[in-house]
Amino acid sequence: MSAGELSELAERVAGWARDGEQVEAFVARGRDTEIQVYSGEVESLSSAESAGIGIRVVAGGRQGFAYAGSLAADVVEETLAEARDNAGFASPDEWVGLAVPDGVVAADLDLWRDDLAAFATADKVSLALDLEKAVRAGDPRIRQVESAEWGDGAYESAIATSTGIRAAWRRTVCYVSAQAVAGEGSETQTASGYSVGRGPGDIDLAKAASDAVERSTRLLGATKPRSGHLTVVFEPRITATLLALIAGTLDGEAVLKGRSLFGDRLGQAVAAPSLTLVDDPTDPDAYGATAYDAEGLATRRNALIEGGVLEKFLYNTYSARRAGTVSTASAVRAGFKSGPGTGARALSVLPGATGPDEILASVGDGLLVQSVSGLHSGVNPVSGDFSVGAEGMLIEGGAIGRPVRELTIASTLQRMLQDIVAIGNDIERLPSSATGVTLAIADVSMSGA
Amino acid sequence: MIERVLARALRSGGDFAEVFAEDRRSSAARLDDGRVEDMVSGRDRGAGIRVVVGETTGFAHTSDLSERGLTEAAEAAGAAARSAAGGVHEISLRRVDAPAPNGVDVLPESVGKATKVGLLARADEAARQAGSAVRQVSAVYGDSRRRILVANSDGVLASDDQVKTRFAISVVASGDTGMQTGRESIGHTVGFELFDRYRVEDLAAEAAGRALAKLRARPAPSGSVPIVIKRGSGGILFHEACGHGLEADHIAKDVSVFAGKVGEQVASPLVTLIDDGTMGPEWGAYAIDDEGHPAARNVLIDKGVLTDYMWDWLRARKDGRAGTGNGRRETYQHLPMVRMTNTYLANGTEDPDEIIRQTPHGVYVAQLGGGQVNTATGDFVFGMTEAYLIENGELTEPLRDANLIGNGPQALLDIDAVGDDFAMGGPGTCGKQGQGVPVGTGQPTLRVKAMTVGGTAR
Repeated sequence: MSAGELSELAERVAGWARDGEQVEAFVARGRDTEIQVYSGEVESLSSAESAGIGIRVVAGGRQGFAYAGSLAADVVEETLAEARDNAGFASPDEWVGLAVPDGVVAADLDLWRDDLAAFATADKVSLALDLEKAVRAGDPRIRQVESAEWGDGAYESAIATSTGIRAAWRRTVCYVSAQAVAGEGSETQTASGYSVGRGPGDIDLAKAASDAVERSTRLLGATKPRSGHLTVVFEPRITATLLALIAGTLDGEAVLKGRSLFGDRLGQAVAAPSLTLVDDPTDPDAYGATAYDAEGLATRRNALIEGGVLEKFLYNTYSARRAGTVSTASAVRAGFKSGPGTGARALSVLPGATGPDEILASVGDGLLVQSVSGLHSGVNPVSGDFSVGAEGMLIEGGAIGRPVRELTIASTLQRMLQDIVAIGNDIERLPSSATGVTLAIADVSMSGA
Repeated sequence: MIERVLARALRSGGDFAEVFAEDRRSSAARLDDGRVEDMVSGRDRGAGIRVVVGETTGFAHTSDLSERGLTEAAEAAGAAARSAAGGVHEISLRRVDAPAPNGVDVLPESVGKATKVGLLARADEAARQAGSAVRQVSAVYGDSRRRILVANSDGVLASDDQVKTRFAISVVASGDTGMQTGRESIGHTVGFELFDRYRVEDLAAEAAGRALAKLRARPAPSGSVPIVIKRGSGGILFHEACGHGLEADHIAKDVSVFAGKVGEQVASPLVTLIDDGTMGPEWGAYAIDDEGHPAARNVLIDKGVLTDYMWDWLRARKDGRAGTGNGRRETYQHLPMVRMTNTYLANGTEDPDEIIRQTPHGVYVAQLGGGQVNTATGDFVFGMTEAYLIENGELTEPLRDANLIGNGPQALLDIDAVGDDFAMGGPGTCGKQGQGVPVGTGQPTLRVKAMTVGGTAR
C-alpha cells in the first residue's frame, strides 16, 4: 500500500460516518530493521513491516475506540462496527468530539530520508560490527560488549475525520547503540553509547563508541557515598528525562481532573527565573519533530514556562474544549492501538551562558549524575515526590572527583524547579521528547551509606 | 501447510526454523473523573518466523496468515539468517501437550460490555465514599484472550489458549500537604470469574485508604536502615535483586553477578526462590511457553544455594541441556527471550508480627511499586508506595513515596527473617529490551538487615 493509499483508506472510513455521528480513522504503517551483533557475529536480524488502524466513533457525546493490526477490508469494517458498539457503553460527556480544522498552517518539515531505504543490510551489519570492535578497542578495561546494534524504521501515518481533518506525515529514523561492560578485578560497571539520526549520514559511530567506553570505565572504583544534602549536576541525558517528567505534570487534562501539582499555578513563578521551557515540534532538528499532532492538527510552538513563570498547559481537542480554550496540538498516541492522549514532543530550555566545566567549577562540591534508575517507581507526578537511583561522580573542588554508585537522589519536582542554580550552554539533541543540557540543582538529598 | 513453511524457511540452509502464530483479542474500559471515558476493543493476528543458522537468528513477521504470507515471511527470515549451506529438510510435527495451569469458567468475551462497565462505576462510588478528601478516581477493567500455536523444525507442535482478566484503581486524595495517590490492582490468568473472588469495592477501599493515609505522611528517611516488607507485593524485590540476573542470556554473556555461581551459597539460608509458570491462576502462568515448551516449576535458589538459571530454548540448545519453559515474547512481532513467570520466595517459619516487634528502628514497606536492576553490577531499585516508620518494634507514622536502592547479592545475604504468611502480589508487567510480558511475584513478610531508603528527611 502506498502513502496515498493510507490516506485514501482513512478518508474512506471517515466517510462511513452516519448522521449524528463523528468518525476518525488513524492508519499507520511501519517498516523496522534491527540487527544485533555479539562477539563479531550477527546474533539476530529482524526485519518486518506492520500496519494497523485505530477508529474512534463519537455519537451522542459518547466515545468508542477499536483497533486492529491489519488493513484488510473485512477487518477494517469489523473494527468500525466494534468502535461504534463500544461508544454505546461510555458515559455521555458534552466536551467529547473530534478535532476540526483550525486554520493553522502545518510546518514544512522534511523528516524522511530516501537513502535509508537504499542502505544495504550488509552495510548495516558492518556498522554494528564496527561499533562493537571500536568499543572493545576503546580501553583495555572493556571486558565485554553486551550488545551492539543497528536499528532503523520508516513510519507513515494518515488521519481523516468526518469533521474535515485530512493529514498525512512520515519520518525515518536510524540508530546505533552499544552497551559496554568495563571491569577491573571482580568489579563491573556498564554504560551505553548511541547515535541517532534520520538517515545513515547522521550516524556518528566514533561518538557512540567513545561515550560507551568513557561512561563505563569512569565508574570503575565507584563506592557508596555517605548520605547528605548537596547540589547535583545533571548530564544532558538526565536533564532531558527531568524535562519530560515536568511536562507530564503540565497536561491540561490532568489539570481539569485535579491531578496536576501545578494546576492552580498558572501565571505564577513555579521555577527559578532562569528557566524558560518550550515545546516546539515544528523545530526540524528535534527528534520528536512532526508537522501534525495525533488528531491531525498542525503542530505549533508552545512556551510552557517563561522566566520561571508558568504560562501554558498542553491540550488536545477534548481537554481544550472542556477548559474553554483551543488545542495546543499536543495530542499524542502510542501507535494505532490507542486513542489520543496529551504530551510534549520537542521540549527544550533556553540555554544558559556557561559550559559544563564552568558549572562544575561554580558548584565546587556536589554530585555529577550520569545515569538514573527507577523513574517509573520513584517519581510520583501527582504528589511531586522524586526519588531515584543514581550513578555518577562526586564533584570535588570544582572538578570531577571519585565515582559513586548505589545511591539515591531525592527532592520534589516543585522544589527542583525552584532550586535550579545553573543551566548550561551545551545543547545536546537526544532521541527523546526533550533536548538535553547540563543543569545544576541545589539542595538535593543524597542517600547512601 | 506449517511443515511446508518450515521446510521453505530452511531451504537455503539453517539449523532450526520456527513458526509462532498468535491471535489476540482484548477489551478494556476506563473510568476517570466519574465517567466511563471509553471502551476499547483490539484485535491482533499474525505470525513470527525464526530461522537459526549457527550463531545467527533471522526473524520476520507477517499479519498475513495465508500460506503465501507465511512463505514470504519464512523466506525473509531464512535470508536474514544469511544461510551458509543449503540442504533439504523434511519435517514431521509431533504434538506437545501440557495441562492448563487452571480452568477458565467464564470467558470474558461471553460477558456483556455493560456488565464490565458496571464494575467501574461500583469501584468509583466505593472509593469516593472512603473519605471526603478523595478528589479523583480512575479505574481500568481489561481482559484478553491470546491463542498461540508454535511449530518448529525439531518437530514440536504445541498450542495454548491464555485468558487473562484484570482490574486496577487509582485514587487521588488532597489535603493541607498537597495531593497523594493510592493504587490497588488484581489480575489473574482466569476469566470473568475473577470478580467472584474479588470485590471491586474492596480494591477501591484499599486504594483510597493508601492515598488518605499518605496525606499525613512525613518524608521518608535518607540512608541505610533495616527494612521489613509485608507479604505479597515485596516479591518484586527478588524479581529485581536476583531474578533478572538468573536469566540465562545474561549468564551466557557474562553480564550477571550470578554467572558461574551454581552450587554456591548466594543468599541467606532462609531464602528458597522459585519461578513457576504452572502456578495457576497467577498472572504469569501458562501451559505452553512461546517456544512451544511446557511451563515448569523451577527452583532457582534452595536454602540459599543457587541451583539453576532460567532458560529459553536457544540458550539451552547451545548448552546442550533441557530448557525450563521460560521462552516468552510480547507478541508475534517479537523474538522470544528468557523471561520470568511467577517468581516467589517460599514460606519461612516466623510470625510476621514478631518480625516487626523485633525491629527496634526501621521502615515497614506495605506496598511496593515497580523496580529496575542493572544485572552486571547487581544494583537495583524499587519504589515504596505505602510505607511506615518502625519505632521500638511498632508501626508509627506513614511515609511519603521513595525508592530504595540495594545490591542484589548483598540484599540476598542480608535477609535475616522470613515469615510464615506467604501471599502472591498484584499483576505486574516485566519490561526487558522493549518487550513487556505479564509476571507474578510473591513472598511472605521478611526483613532485610540494611537497605538504603531514598527519602529527604534531614
